Amino acid sequence: MKILVPLKRVADPDNANKVKVSSAGDKIDISGLEWKLNPFDEYALEAALRLTENGKTPKSREGEVVVVTLAPSDAETTLRSALATGADRAIRVDAADEQLDGRLVSLALKKLVEEEKPDAVIMGKQAVDGDTNQVGQELAELLDWPMATFAATIHEEPGALLVGREVDGGVLTLRLKLPALVTVDLRIVAPTSVYSTKTERSFKYNEGVRFAPLPAIMAAKKKPLVVRPLGELVGAAALSTRYLRFERPPQRSSGVKVKDVNELVHKLATEAKVI
Amino acid sequence: MSDALVVAELAEDGTVRRATLSAISLARQALGALGGSLSILVLGADAASAAPELAGFGAAKLYLCSDASLKNYTAEHFAPSVAEVGRKFGLIVATATSFGKDLIPRVAARLDAAYAGDCAAVSVQNGKLVYKRPMFAGNAFGYCELSTPIQTATARQSEFEPAAPTGGNSPIETVNKVPPGQAARRVEYVSLDAVKSERPELTEASVVVSGGRALKERFNEIIVPLADVLGAAIGASRAAVDAGYAPGDYQVGQTGKVVAPELYIAVGISGAIQHVAGIKSSKVIVAINRDGDAPIFQLADYGLVGDLFKLVPELVEALKKHKAEKA
Ligand SMILES: Cc1cc2nc3c(=O)[nH]c(=O)nc-3n(C[C@H](O)[C@H](O)[C@H](O)COP(=O)(O)OP(=O)(O)OC[C@H]3O[C@@H](n4cnc5c(N)ncnc54)[C@H](O)[C@@H]3O)c2cc1C
Ligand SMILES: Nc1ncnc2c1ncn2[C@@H]1O[C@H](COP(=O)(O)O)[C@@H](O)[C@H]1O
Repeated sequence: MKILVPLKRVADPDNANKVKVSSAGDKIDISGLEWKLNPFDEYALEAALRLTENGKTPKSREGEVVVVTLAPSDAETTLRSALATGADRAIRVDAADEQLDGRLVSLALKKLVEEEKPDAVIMGKQAVDGDTNQVGQELAELLDWPMATFAATIHEEPGALLVGREVDGGVLTLRLKLPALVTVDLRIVAPTSVYSTKTERSFKYNEGVRFAPLPAIMAAKKKPLVVRPLGELVGAAALSTRYLRFERPPQRSSGVKVKDVNELVHKLATEAKVI
Repeated sequence: MSDALVVAELAEDGTVRRATLSAISLARQALGALGGSLSILVLGADAASAAPELAGFGAAKLYLCSDASLKNYTAEHFAPSVAEVGRKFGLIVATATSFGKDLIPRVAARLDAAYAGDCAAVSVQNGKLVYKRPMFAGNAFGYCELSTPIQTATARQSEFEPAAPTGGNSPIETVNKVPPGQAARRVEYVSLDAVKSERPELTEASVVVSGGRALKERFNEIIVPLADVLGAAIGASRAAVDAGYAPGDYQVGQTGKVVAPELYIAVGISGAIQHVAGIKSSKVIVAINRDGDAPIFQLADYGLVGDLFKLVPELVEALKKHKAEKA
């Protein structure tokens, strides 16, 4: 199976105290944040690797994973680490973050999918900087492909993927005939979440994503990475989402510590009046 | 902008999910500022049976699209029909549930429309709609404008009060389902493993009790009695779900459900930003944690420091006593 995995490197919001808004309110000041691969994309890559191998020790590769990002040149470090983790080839579409919105990213990815003709696109459900959660759905529609968003499990069947989606009311299972698109949720990297047709169901993966061993990091430097101009893929299409301003949400102040459950119940009843 | 179309969400039994009312609120706010009329679209195996529930919201039109293939929701079957009705509108909205978040971007792509997801508010500036969206795990709000002729959005349920009916009886227009294309022919709905519960829905409950990694295998034993005495919905941190102590649809946070109850009780939860992103709008937050420096205490209104395995059963007893005295 050949799988395309779109990756985005994001300014990691994990350290809340460092997400700042410029004093004019016109941009997010990310100077205190670290760049890292969007966690959901890290999980998507792991899922794609599991689907293109025979899960045993040592694992044997049974397919191809192509990673792609739309980003400036400094994001090539992100692509190289994806190659070191096991991806076979990389494509960078040269674009500044300000040149992109969800619609343009999906239009560009559509073109690349038409060129690459993968059997599946596996990607994150959302990028944790913009928290937009749209590119997968839009790309699937542009391709007229079936999709399964928020996937917790993917089991490959001949010519199809059986996907368990995390939805509001429980787990919804869909069968998608290939080619198809899947966006992944957090639980996709659990030990028994993803199986290719080549992997025994008794095989259990390690929890979480794999890490690149040192020799792989060296070898990744030689794996193919091509750069494409954005205009070649999206033509004259322009941005359609424009941020006018940003603000920090109101901060909740910390309250009081109570000494025991009786004081808590008393305060909830008489002060907060919520019970 | 001209008119707005709200896409209703139906429950498995064909009744209207209350979440729909938040999307109606967003649409009303947009229309209140810009003029234009509201319409509602219902899709389902038998959309007409849900019509009475939505006829009294002042919609200029209630569109009904019924087809056997719409019994179980799949975006591939829904999106073409939503887009077909939606192309006459300036704004298409649903609520940011797993239904709306899945469907609306797909509709947007079909109409070459821009999308503002998970909106917390809408306002108008220079005659254009401005959408307020949480970003960076709730650590910033962005205000954005969309420039496509048709705009699409989802409403964050906790930020939009459920719309109240205004009376009247909206005229009905029946529409045909758009025949399945490639995508619809290649998707098969297999099953829904629904977590049946008598409890209020997490996103609608006035009290939520959530448990974290600390609860281990005793998650239910500890949390259920507390939720029972408070009539609360049960939530969980990602760590508790990942470890298998609680089901996936309990997850509260940036990438789980966003809640805004009157009372939120976090038990054995450290307060990572991704969790906090989902609880910030709660009226009162209580934290129980043995680590007095846990970040959750930075936003808790009331903090109780100590061992949850001892404190939670004590709290249950104290609440029972309080209830008995009140009665
Ligand atoms: C992309 C991404 C998305 C995420 N999305 C979410 C999300 O939506 N929701 C979410 O919750 N998390 C999310 N997370 C995970 C988040 O970062 C934290 O890892 C998670 O919230 C931690 O869960 P926890 O508080 O239960 O566990 P821990 O951080 O391990 O905290 C356990 C707490 O229990 C306390 N404790 C232990 N024993 C006892 C005891 N006996 N009595 C009292 N207290 C005790 C400890 O002091 C500690 O504070 C996400 C992470 C990423 C990277
Ligand atoms: N600039 C980008 N380059 C590559 N992939 C992207 C980019 N932006 C978004 N994506 C992909 O789309 C997914 C959803 O992102 P979003 O819709 O922006 O929340 C991400 O998890 C990525 O897989």
